[in-house]
This record gives sequence, structure tokens and C-alpha cells, in this order.
Amino acid sequence: MSILVDEDTRVIVQGITGSQGSFHTKLMLEYGTRIVAGVTPGKGGEEVHGVPVYNSVREALREHDASASVVFVPAPFALDAALEAIENLELVVIITEGIPVHDSMKIKAFAERHGTRVVGPNTAGIISPGKSKLGIMPAQVFAPGKVGVVSRSGTLAYEIALAITEAGMGQSTLVGIGGDPVVGTSFVEVLEMFEEDGETEAVVLIGEIGGDAEERAAEFISGMSKPVVGYVAGITAPPGKRMGHAGAIITRGKGTAEDKIRALEGSGALVARLPQEIPELLRRVLE
Amino acid sequence: MKLYEYQGKRIFAEYGIEVPAGEVATSPEEAGRIASRLGEVVLKAQVLTGGRGKAGGVRFASSPEEAERVAAELFAMELGGERVTELLVEQRLKIRREIYAGVTIDRALGKPVVMVSGEGGVDIEEVAERSPEKIFSRHVDPFVGFYPYMARELASRLSLEREAFIGVAEVLLKLYRIFTEKDAQLVEVNPLAVTDGGVVAADAKVIVDEDALFRQDFGQRSRGMPYVRLEGSIGCVVNGAGLAMATMDTLKHLGGEPANFLDIGGGAGEEVMREALLKVASHPGVRVIFVNILGGITRCDEIARGILAASRSVDVPLVVRFRGTNEEEGVRLLREAGIEVERDMIEAARMAVEMSRRQRDEHSCR
Repeated sequence: MSILVDEDTRVIVQGITGSQGSFHTKLMLEYGTRIVAGVTPGKGGEEVHGVPVYNSVREALREHDASASVVFVPAPFALDAALEAIENLELVVIITEGIPVHDSMKIKAFAERHGTRVVGPNTAGIISPGKSKLGIMPAQVFAPGKVGVVSRSGTLAYEIALAITEAGMGQSTLVGIGGDPVVGTSFVEVLEMFEEDGETEAVVLIGEIGGDAEERAAEFISGMSKPVVGYVAGITAPPGKRMGHAGAIITRGKGTAEDKIRALEGSGALVARLPQEIPELLRRVLE
Repeated sequence: MKLYEYQGKRIFAEYGIEVPAGEVATSPEEAGRIASRLGEVVLKAQVLTGGRGKAGGVRFASSPEEAERVAAELFAMELGGERVTELLVEQRLKIRREIYAGVTIDRALGKPVVMVSGEGGVDIEEVAERSPEKIFSRHVDPFVGFYPYMARELASRLSLEREAFIGVAEVLLKLYRIFTEKDAQLVEVNPLAVTDGGVVAADAKVIVDEDALFRQDFGQRSRGMPYVRLEGSIGCVVNGAGLAMATMDTLKHLGGEPANFLDIGGGAGEEVMREALLKVASHPGVRVIFVNILGGITRCDEIARGILAASRSVDVPLVVRFRGTNEEEGVRLLREAGIEVERDMIEAARMAVEMSRRQRDEHSCR
């Protein structure tokens, strides 16, 4: 098992004819992801790396069976693409960066209405190593295994996955929830899925300054049966400065790394001070 | 992106929210002239830093002469490191009661939330902590929107007289329209003043979403690459905000001092990488630059090309570490130019810390 995606997940790529969409379609296909169709309005009838392109999701679904979509559509048009996917599919992974937060709120509300799982926006995606990859992560840093990973940040998640892989362990699934203030799926929802997943034996949670998502996760972790190892980026971040992600800012002394580390440790999680310490902590909790 | 108070008030006025009569002054003389038309005035430094009132950035004057004198003092001020270059000179209000009204985003629920409180004119975060029962709020379904009955329900919690009750409810509706139509993350009036002449927005705090600048125009440009200056000596060029912060934390943990936060973003190409290196190299105090890239959507060969393009103009030593997409090609390109690429982040960070020390020692020998 694994969570959200596996070797049977049939996928549509929205924005497949764009440079990022096309490049990552190729890498996802090489990884073994079952991409059955692509969608770009106005480009129906074309092919991208052998994948047929349609003008709409519904049109693609008339010819192919699919349950998930990966969205590469540029920010100004991403709301439309996301709503279209939500209406027609079960899982929508939104890679696009820079989507206005008002659009993200609509995406989230629409997903709740339709019972569709949205991951992102501004996410690296989801990978169940050895099975399927719906995202932009570099395949070589992953290996199949028993550690579930959930992260707000993409590249930091790769870094930590790499450390886990190089230590001879691997990942059941890695989920990037996205770095924006409003995202479709929260830490807690992913933790719930890992807690239920038969293949996952331990979970790594990668947080960062800003908001209170880690504190909320900590509340849930205290009731989990599986061990959790945490890491929080931004100990050196100065207050009042936005550290890249729209959400990553310490305001009025709230959302600091120290607070989050304390909350996670209080929930029983082990918290690493360096990303590369995580494999050692995992060994400890898995023994 | 935060707007200045006067920009926020212009938007309020466009939407029919009453604001005090006033104008922006850029010199003490101008402030005096504005005051001569308005009578008793309040002079407010136009800065984006919070806690302006406590820092002395809001002053009163009862004559044009006094206004000019006070303005001169305000123009000489620096608030939170920000120089005061503009003052908002406004007619002083006779306030009967101060209300708080705001619309923002509840991040956890991913929904807009409209808030009011009878405790206006004070720090609302303090009220939220001290007596949360004094703040009344309502979440809004973004597809349904915010309706007059919702505004009335909220306003009715404040025990206002009839006129003020209607006025506050109307302001709430208009604030919500501004919030959605201007792609705001926060629209706040504190205080919303209840006066004999009606309900007036005595302040305006508007934060707009930079990601929405493609469909909005506030006369200000997006900041570009997220960059935060720090005091240290190790310049950092990293892709992804989380990894950038983790890189800084790691350098610090190993005894180094990061000079900056910089996220070159996802999918940065040769040109972005080149610009990033030049920007960090020009940062005073930088003795070594640590390039830490984990390529997903970012391709290591593009990063290598950017490094090569910048290397002639950068005379600070580099420690380059990358892994991920097109790594082999990136390593090959840099090796041809005599630049070795590190594989391990901690090892590379250690090298950068050591080099920053060595460079410092060389400096102090000279």
C-alpha cells in the first residue's frame, strides 16, 4: 500500500503542452506513472510524448479512464483548470506556483463541495516510490520503503528524502502539501492517511515558520500510534520578513520555529535540528 | 504587499466608505497649507511599519503653524527603520465610540472571515488574546459571498444605536467587496469611528496579494526574487523557501553566519541563476557564496550555465552543491570550467563555513 497514489492511478496532465507540463510528463512517464491523457484547451488532437491531448477534462474522460490530475496550468488560468478537474476527478494535484489566494480559497471550497481531494497549490506533488509520481520531484532521491513523508516545502522534502534513501531506508509516500497560506490538504489530513496506511511504519513531518499548521499537526500526533519525526525550517529567520513562501513569516512573535518545535516535541515527536539527522531519529523510533 | 494608509483610504472612498477629509503632504509647508483648510488636524506618518502610534508617528495640531512644526518633527523621524517621506493630514474627528472591523483569511479553514469588535482603537491581537469573547466573527463561503443579513448579525453584537448599527453593517459589506475585488489578504479599519456625522474609517490597513498583481494595479511592482538581508558573511543561493531556510539554519548550526535569505524559485533558468549570484556577490560582507540546489523542476544544467555566466563577474569564492534533475550534465559543465560540485549538503555547508572563516582571517591580516 501507500497513500493517495499507486501503480494503478490513472492520470491526466492539465497544461501538458506547456514547457513544464511537457518536460515533467516525460519524467513522470519514465518513472512509470500511468498518464493516459493531457488537456490543453485549443490543443486537442495533438500528442505530447505519445500522450493524446484533449480540449477539456470531460473530453479526455470520454476516451480514457482516469481518477487523478496533475495541474501545470499557469497561475492566471489555474483556477479554471482546477475547478474543471475537481468536478470530474477524485484527486487533483496543483503544481502551479503563484495562484492568488482568493482563487485558492475557491478551489478549496469547491473541492469540499465535490468531495475531491486537492493537494497544493504550489506543491512538488505526490510520489509513492517505485509505483507512481504525480509531481515534479527528482526520482533519484527516492526509494520504496516504510517512511511516510509530509512537507510544506518541495526542495527541502527532496533533501530529506535523499537523506532517508542514502541511509538505506525508503518512503511509502511523500506528499508535498504546498507552501501557500491556503492549501487543499492539511498536515493533519495526510497524517490521518499515514496512520491508516498498512505500509507506513513511521512518519516524517517537515514544517517551517509561519501559520499554525505544525501546532495543529502536533495536536493530532499526540493521539497517533505511529512514531513521528519532525523538522522545522527557519530557526534563523528574522521576525517580520517574509521568507519566500507567502505563508512563511513570523508576525508578532507567532509562528516561530521554536514554538513549533516545542509543540511537536510536546506531542511526543522527535525533532531533528539538521535535516540530515532525520535518518538517525527514524532508526531510533523504528527499533 | 501592504498599502499605505492613504492608498487604503482612497480605495475605501471609492467604495463609499466615509473617510476623514484630508490630503497627503510631502513637506512641512504643505502640511501647514492643508491644515489651514481643515482646522484641527491629525498628522499621520505614512509608513508600513506597525505600532506607528506608539512610536510617536501620529500627532495632533490645532493651528496651521503648529501643524507645520509638528510635520517638520515627523519628517525627521524614522519609524522601524523607515524614513517618513509622506504625511496624511486629516481633519480631527470627534469620536463617540471606536469599533474594530476587518476581513481576513482563516488559513486553517481556507475561508474569508469577517470580524468586528466593540474594542476598537487598540491592538486587536491583544484583545483576541485577553478577551476573545469580545471579537465577533463569521466565516464566509467564497462562492456564496457575504450578505447584508450576515453584516447585520455581526453589527448587532456591538449594542450600537440605530444609525451607527446601519452604518457599521454597511461598512462591513463594503470591506468584504474590497477584500474580494482587490484580491486583499487583509482589509482592516481600526478604529472605525462612530461620530455625530456617521461612521468614519479613521484608519485603513490593506494588504494585497502579490500573486494577484497580474490582474490588479496598485502602482507598485512586485518585489521580484524573495531576498532578505542579514548580517553574516556566507551568501546563500538556494531553490525553494524551505530549503533556503534549512540551509541558513544548517550554516548557523555549524558555526557560520548566513548573509541572506534568497529563494531563486522553482524552475529557475540560467538567467535567474546568474542574476541571483550577482545580487548576492554585491551584498557587502559576503566572503563566500554557498549555492545549494536540489533540482526537481529546476534543472542542474541550467544552474551550471548560470554559474558559468556569472563567474567572470563574481570574485567571491563559491561552494556549489547540487543534486537532482540533469545533475550529471551540470557537473560535467562545471568540471570543464574547473569548478567541483559537492554532493553532500552538510559537507558543502561545512566547507562554506570554513571558507568564510579563512577569508575573514585573510582580511584581518591585511
